[in-house]
Amino acid sequence: MGRRKRGIVGCGVLPETASVLNATVAQTPSPRSRKVPREDSRLRSEHFLTLQLESNPEALCLVRATLERATEVMDFPEEDSRAIVRSVDEALANVIRHAYKGRTGRPIEVHCSRLWKGNDSEHPKGLEILLKDSGAAADPKKFKGRALEEVRPGGLGIHFMKQSMDVVEFQRKSGKNLLRMVKYLAPQKPEAIAQGE
Amino acid sequence: MQISARQSTGGTILDVAGDIDLAHSPAMRKALLGEIKEKKTPKVFLNLRNVRYIDSSGIASLVEGLKASRDIGSRLILFALNPTVREVMELSRLQKIFEIYESEEQALAA
Repeated sequence: MGRRKRGIVGCGVLPETASVLNATVAQTPSPRSRKVPREDSRLRSEHFLTLQLESNPEALCLVRATLERATEVMDFPEEDSRAIVRSVDEALANVIRHAYKGRTGRPIEVHCSRLWKGNDSEHPKGLEILLKDSGAAADPKKFKGRALEEVRPGGLGIHFMKQSMDVVEFQRKSGKNLLRMVKYLAPQKPEAIAQGE
Repeated sequence: MQISARQSTGGTILDVAGDIDLAHSPAMRKALLGEIKEKKTPKVFLNLRNVRYIDSSGIASLVEGLKASRDIGSRLILFALNPTVREVMELSRLQKIFEIYESEEQALAA
């Protein structure tokens, strides 16, 4: 209850790709929220959007378009909006290329949650994105990225994600790869909160 | 994404439009390497004015093109990068590795 299918969100470029993405949007703010036990215990997250897609590169433009709009609605500055879109796009590309080894039709989920502080339900403090896939276990060593001094193709995606997001965490759980990324709405970064109060 | 080629003084201009992402970077790579390695065009100009988005696979294709052009002594010249593409080039720290110009006129005069 409390959720409805909003149908397909398309980017208007390749309508034939629409079958590779489903979006589920929380109809009203969920009364249940969960604590975020990581960066700041005073933050709670509230899920508002789930994207279910297939491991198909053609789906990526649809995800980018959806996230671009979601970050606009949350009043992220344009630069931060581009950073979020870029990071999720790179993460999904890695899932398709590495976890699923280029095979199409495999499931990927993108869960988006707003982060709130205390009882404030008007001014979100950030966006938490959780990616889930059932592909081959990712190698944690590759999440370190590579030195950029060496000019060569490849290995830039992780660097983009780490440069663009405030939190990038990976774990393998119950046979799934879980990638959690957080972007805070400036200036409420954890450091600022911890020092300011 | 669309790519079209036109001839100009001393080389070929590739006009690219759309998103250069995982779905479309192979097509750009093929067009780029076709000009550089097969046709051995002395100057390949890449017009990025209408590119809305580029991901790391697109950047990797550009790097591959740059290496191929250096191998045969030709030039790969980029021009008209919008802020989104320029931002990704800066994140990759590649803006000083590539020849980049603001406009087609400047690129052709280089």
